[in-house]
Amino acid sequence: MKKRKIGLALSALLASGTLLAACGSDKGDESKKSGSDKDKFSVAMVTDIGGIDDRSFNQSTWEGIEKFGEENGMKKGNGGFDYLQSASESDYNTNLNNLVRRNFDLVYAVGFNLHDATSEVAKQQKDAKFAIIDSVIEGQDNVASIMFRANEASYLAGAAAALQSKTGKIGFIGGVEGDIIGGFEAGFVAGAKAANPKVKIDIQYAGSFGDASKGQAIAKRMYDSGTDIIMHAAGGTGNGLFTEAKERKKKDAKADVWVIGVDRDQYDEGKVNDKTNITLTSVLKRVDTAAEKVSKDTKDGKFPGGKTITFGLKDKGVDLADDHGVFTDDTKKKIDEFKEKIISGDITVPEKPEK
Amino acid sequence: MSFLDVLYFIIPSAIYYAAPLIMTAIGGVFTERSGVVNIGLEGVMIIGAFSSIVFNLKYAATLGGWTPWVGLLVALAVGAVFSLILAVAAVSFRADQTVAGVALNLLGLAVAVFSIKMIYDKGQTDSISERFSRFDIPVLKDIPLLGKMFFTDVYGTSIFAIVVAFIAWFIIYKTPFGLRLRSVGEHPMAADTMGVNVTKMRYIAVMISGALGGIGGAIYAQAIAGNFSATTISGQGFMALAAMIFGKWHPLGALGAALFFGLAQSLSIAGASIPYVKDVPQVILLILPYVLTILALAGFIGKAKAPKASGTPYIKGKR
Repeated sequence: MKKRKIGLALSALLASGTLLAACGSDKGDESKKSGSDKDKFSVAMVTDIGGIDDRSFNQSTWEGIEKFGEENGMKKGNGGFDYLQSASESDYNTNLNNLVRRNFDLVYAVGFNLHDATSEVAKQQKDAKFAIIDSVIEGQDNVASIMFRANEASYLAGAAAALQSKTGKIGFIGGVEGDIIGGFEAGFVAGAKAANPKVKIDIQYAGSFGDASKGQAIAKRMYDSGTDIIMHAAGGTGNGLFTEAKERKKKDAKADVWVIGVDRDQYDEGKVNDKTNITLTSVLKRVDTAAEKVSKDTKDGKFPGGKTITFGLKDKGVDLADDHGVFTDDTKKKIDEFKEKIISGDITVPEKPEK
Repeated sequence: MSFLDVLYFIIPSAIYYAAPLIMTAIGGVFTERSGVVNIGLEGVMIIGAFSSIVFNLKYAATLGGWTPWVGLLVALAVGAVFSLILAVAAVSFRADQTVAGVALNLLGLAVAVFSIKMIYDKGQTDSISERFSRFDIPVLKDIPLLGKMFFTDVYGTSIFAIVVAFIAWFIIYKTPFGLRLRSVGEHPMAADTMGVNVTKMRYIAVMISGALGGIGGAIYAQAIAGNFSATTISGQGFMALAAMIFGKWHPLGALGAALFFGLAQSLSIAGASIPYVKDVPQVILLILPYVLTILALAGFIGKAKAPKASGTPYIKGKR
């Protein structure tokens, strides 16, 4: 009996502690709100479980926000720019709500994993402004959706692969089938066919974004069958592709093996030794550019609420990374031509792979 | 791809895929044979992968080509120490072994990711520069057919894993130590009466599994992944656990089972370039390894029999 009473007392203490703590932070925010002048702009983001340094989406969004913050003389913290990291899926709602209560003018939700949470919180917090990256939320005026036309940059990558290939066979390794990776695949195939209608394209999905050994086995199969350039859109599975290509290059310095990276410049991953590198180029998704631009627009009072903004080659939201002098002049010229045509609208790049 | 090309692809791929699993599964055999269930192999592998990568990044400049091998030694030591947690909880304090093992899994990932964050201030490490590389075995590689299947593009770690499997078999079945180990796992009280120190045997067995599991993780990280992140080891520890059960708690059985998993995996990949098979929907090929495993477990190996005392703590004097 006595034990139970102590337990009760303890839990009551704990509950009151949480309540009091909540009061405290509320008050703190209140005072800050009144203290900050009105034309000051603040921006924050909620990561998905990847974290702020995932060398991918979360990281680039944060880099964009940081850059925007520094240019506008903002400081990290309340009233400036900040981020909250989600340790698990249950954190999404809490983190979004938390940032809204801290009065950030614009809150980014990074990645399609946050789709449901953002939609829900946005309905409850009508006055707050949200922007979601890589997902579309329709019909909510306080949410802007940011999408990337990765298929356009993949088109250029496909063209480059087809032009640079000596065997006439190129490959594509996907993570898990779906709209986003499908866009990469569709662009890659279309670009390759446009540059060289005879090119053979070997496409295989690993069914996972984190299985490097499977990625390596798929790459081995493709290289074995005469493929010389492989692009991946497979996250950690793609590490295996880099491993396989590097092994081949190490064994035979004349081996013609190349990798096309994804999301950011993967040149460092392709380093075999000081002189050789197997990364041909990378398909870049400039989430940082997008985050910076949307922040700027919102600051100027042009928040694109309820709309879907897509970033393509035109607005430099996607691009092809530096080839570090590997492309032939001919390839370079043709790629520039393709790029201009896509920007001017003469070429429409398909978004879904043909089935 | 002709039939021979398929073989040339499948067999080497299966072997390199299996190497980390073989190591870890044999580690599992040691503990379970001594009567301790080790669900924590995944966590041990993570710790092994983590420590070897950190070591590799730090000392690659001084040790050069030997770095990955020394990295294995580091992973061995760290893995053994890490598994002590399980030994203390499950053997000395007689905690529930499954729960302690799960704790090891959670702890392993958390410690590794947290430390990476502390050391490098980012979520994953850079790629290592000195890694296990493939090589051709001279003379043997010129044997027709077999040479290309078994002796070209070999990883040193694969040979090492297979050798370890045979050594483990010898230790468990042909030495006094092995006999004691098995007796402790089958009937600890009888062993105790005969003067075998049950606690000591179980401690040693758990530490061996930690050492081998750590090496398994290090092989995966340094031969295949090339860096360490939260997803470097994702499920390989459980695959090793399955290989151990599939192999009927026998080192050579575990070796065979791990190779079988590798074979199923590479078969599903090779399927994309075999005529006729490539017209099969990709989903079917993706699930092939798992379906084959279930079929093999359900139909072909017969009843899997665990060591009798596996999973129960030994309490002296209790009947």
